[in-house]
Amino acid sequence: MSAFDAAVGQEVSNRLERAQGHIARHAAGALASKRIIAGYGFWIFLLSDIVMFSAFFAAYAVLVDATAGGPSGQSLFNLGNVGIETTCLLLSSFTCGLASIGARTHNGFWFYGAMAATFILGATFVGIEIREFTGMIALGAGPTRSAFLSAFFTLVGCHGLHVTIGLLWLLTMMAQVFAKGYRADILRRLLCFSLFWHALDIIWVGLFTMVYLMGVAQ
Amino acid sequence: MLGKLSWAAIPFDQPIPLFTAALVGVAIICVLAWVTLKGWLPYLWREWITSVDHKRIGIMYILLAMVMLLRGFADAIMMRSQQALAFQSEGYLPPEHYDQIFSAHGTLMIFFVAMPFVIGLMNFVMPLQLGIRDVAFPTLNSVSFWLTATGALLVNISLVVGEFARTGWLPYPPLSELTYSPGVGVDYYLWSLQISGVGTLLTGVNFVTTVLKIRAPGMTLMRMPMFCWTTLASNLLIVAAFPILTATLAMLLLDRYLGFHFFTNEAGGNLMMFMNLIWAWGHPEVYILILPAFGIFSEVISTFSGKPLFGYRSMVMATMAICVLSFTVWLHHFFTMGAGADVNAIFGIASMIIAVPTGVKVFNWLFTMYGGRVVYSPPMLWSIGFMVTFVIGGMTGVLMAVPPADFVLHNSLFLVAHFHNVIIGGVLFGAFAGYTYWFPKAFGFRLHDGLGRASFWCWIVGFYVAFMPLYVVGLMGMTRRMQHYDVPEWRPWLLIAAGGAAIILVGIILQIAQLVVSIRRREELRDETGDPWNGRSLEWATPSPPPAFNFAVLPSVEGDEAYWGIKQRTRQQARLGEEPSYADIEIPRNSPTGFTCAFFATFMGFALIWHIWWIVALAALGAFATFVIFAWRDEVEYVIPADAVARIDRDNRTARGEFALSGAVS
Repeated sequence: MSAFDAAVGQEVSNRLERAQGHIARHAAGALASKRIIAGYGFWIFLLSDIVMFSAFFAAYAVLVDATAGGPSGQSLFNLGNVGIETTCLLLSSFTCGLASIGARTHNGFWFYGAMAATFILGATFVGIEIREFTGMIALGAGPTRSAFLSAFFTLVGCHGLHVTIGLLWLLTMMAQVFAKGYRADILRRLLCFSLFWHALDIIWVGLFTMVYLMGVAQ
Repeated sequence: MLGKLSWAAIPFDQPIPLFTAALVGVAIICVLAWVTLKGWLPYLWREWITSVDHKRIGIMYILLAMVMLLRGFADAIMMRSQQALAFQSEGYLPPEHYDQIFSAHGTLMIFFVAMPFVIGLMNFVMPLQLGIRDVAFPTLNSVSFWLTATGALLVNISLVVGEFARTGWLPYPPLSELTYSPGVGVDYYLWSLQISGVGTLLTGVNFVTTVLKIRAPGMTLMRMPMFCWTTLASNLLIVAAFPILTATLAMLLLDRYLGFHFFTNEAGGNLMMFMNLIWAWGHPEVYILILPAFGIFSEVISTFSGKPLFGYRSMVMATMAICVLSFTVWLHHFFTMGAGADVNAIFGIASMIIAVPTGVKVFNWLFTMYGGRVVYSPPMLWSIGFMVTFVIGGMTGVLMAVPPADFVLHNSLFLVAHFHNVIIGGVLFGAFAGYTYWFPKAFGFRLHDGLGRASFWCWIVGFYVAFMPLYVVGLMGMTRRMQHYDVPEWRPWLLIAAGGAAIILVGIILQIAQLVVSIRRREELRDETGDPWNGRSLEWATPSPPPAFNFAVLPSVEGDEAYWGIKQRTRQQARLGEEPSYADIEIPRNSPTGFTCAFFATFMGFALIWHIWWIVALAALGAFATFVIFAWRDEVEYVIPADAVARIDRDNRTARGEFALSGAVS
């Protein structure tokens, strides 16, 4: 048997051992690492958050035609604005990913730079949304005008509120890394933050489609 | 400055709430004074209020549930006596007060008695049964508890400051809209449920993560005790259902506070959407409550029959089937509201199907007892009482799942009798069984046996006397929530029902007596072994009460019924296993985060109810600051050195060895 064969054989058996260990650990339900537990728990929380959004989505779907003689989505929505919002949010997900890599490699330039970029993009998104809302209210199309507008403001506003809370969280995380460095518990929180930020993107994709695209296409 | 709050909020003209509030106020001041004079305040703060230990948090949950049970039961007594008196007369409770009482009764009993009781038991027991040291997120657990307590506090503040909702335990619009309920009652309801709902949701996240990610080595899912399975199912339901409640109540809040039109009569609002949304949460909610109770009965029946649980796998399947099916039956709560024959038929059939897994469970419990050496201890009495009572309640439920029958029975006292039949006979009996069963584990001594039996008999007899008549008057056409009536045929039944409530009252007094007597005689009721019932799961492997770290060394699970297996091996080899090598144990530090959070949440909730916006802003700031300070901690754990662990564990091993080898097992 050549040295090469032996090496391959060794590698195969190593992999087998690792795989078996993996299976055994799973079957045995051994204790998971803190990082896994934190991430897993936060995923469960995000799922519950998505359930909450689904209730608002359902309410919107029920009330979308209940305009009570007031304006409908078709006359109110401006796809140009929404396009910019979407671009900001999707780009911010990318920069958020860069910030995770920066944190993992303990690279301050990339971490702070990418977090700052994420903040600016997120804040732009919120700013555009606030302008859209105030514009609609000025037109007499505020949430008290009709059930449709109530549902619209609640669904979109709930997402906007999430982004705003995310911005607050983002700043807190930057301050924390600045004060404490890349400690394991802080990296776990960063993991949760980036999960949160990406989940808001997923919800926005649904919102963009269901509210704006379908609203204009009516 | 103080929003809508003024002296007019205090009901000086109503003697009953005023007197009650004064009494409760004096009681609280006395307790506080006593605790302060005795110098216990630092101890309470250090060991309980700031504790992140799942056992302590569990005990505090149960204490909260028991205190709230007294309040909720006081409401029940008032309702029964009002209906006993109010035949062709006004009775003693004016309608606006009576309406608040039945609303508060339902709200308290579901959200602040049943929920904290089962969550408390899950908190205390589940990590012990899984063979681990704590839940996944201990500080979050403390936050959950204190937010629940905040909700309970707000509901009780409404007794003296302002009023409570008059809309029933679910605030159906349009009655609950600002037009028809302009007072603060509905706002009290909404904010206390929003705040405690956050706590419940966080518990759900915490417990699902714990069961799925943290178990002792060898504790596979299919080796978990049944109670852990039902805990998992119940918390999955919390995670999936409570956000719907949060969203629905948020919509109602927006209607009331900012003039939105989700459920209003004007501007396109749709009140049927409220019915659908609230019951999309509400039906899973009843399974959130009953599934942990099913788990408790499984543990109790197996232990006191001296047999493994019959049909473990079918029990797991049934639990998870209920978990899924519970989301497919919500419409049966409003068959009469115009969904049409086809839709009604589908939901009627779904409701009957969900009775099947429940039936599987009942037969499994019966077959567990069959051929066993059944010990009729108080936990077992509650379990047998449950089986008989719950089957009756289940059958009246299936009856109402038939839409044509429901058209006759909807909103009648037949319905009221049905859900009390399943909630008292199921959830409450389960909670009491669990309380009696695990009490020695929590405190190191048993509850008094005789008083426990006496209270069981009062409860079960009282239950039948109080609620069977309600089935009868329901069939005679009496609707729920009547402040007075003038049908002479109903009167005798309502008098009997009031008598039943009085018998239950005796049962509650006996339970209080049981607790007091047991504490006074704790030395003779002491359990040295840590395993007073000859248990089968891992919580009985720990000393009573268990040390902060639960297990000196995480147990290695080698089969079903982990602790039974260890005891069997000990007996066969006539000696304990090798002494393990002890290591330092890291325990999460106590934290005032939960309490501080709840402190700010209380102010925030109160200020939101009364429109005092500057307090809302300050409290929000305070809550955020609390989290930042928590996140800034540097030392999150403390270490119990290996020799201290060894000392504690050697005592436990000695007690256990004597017990296991003394033949108590055989």
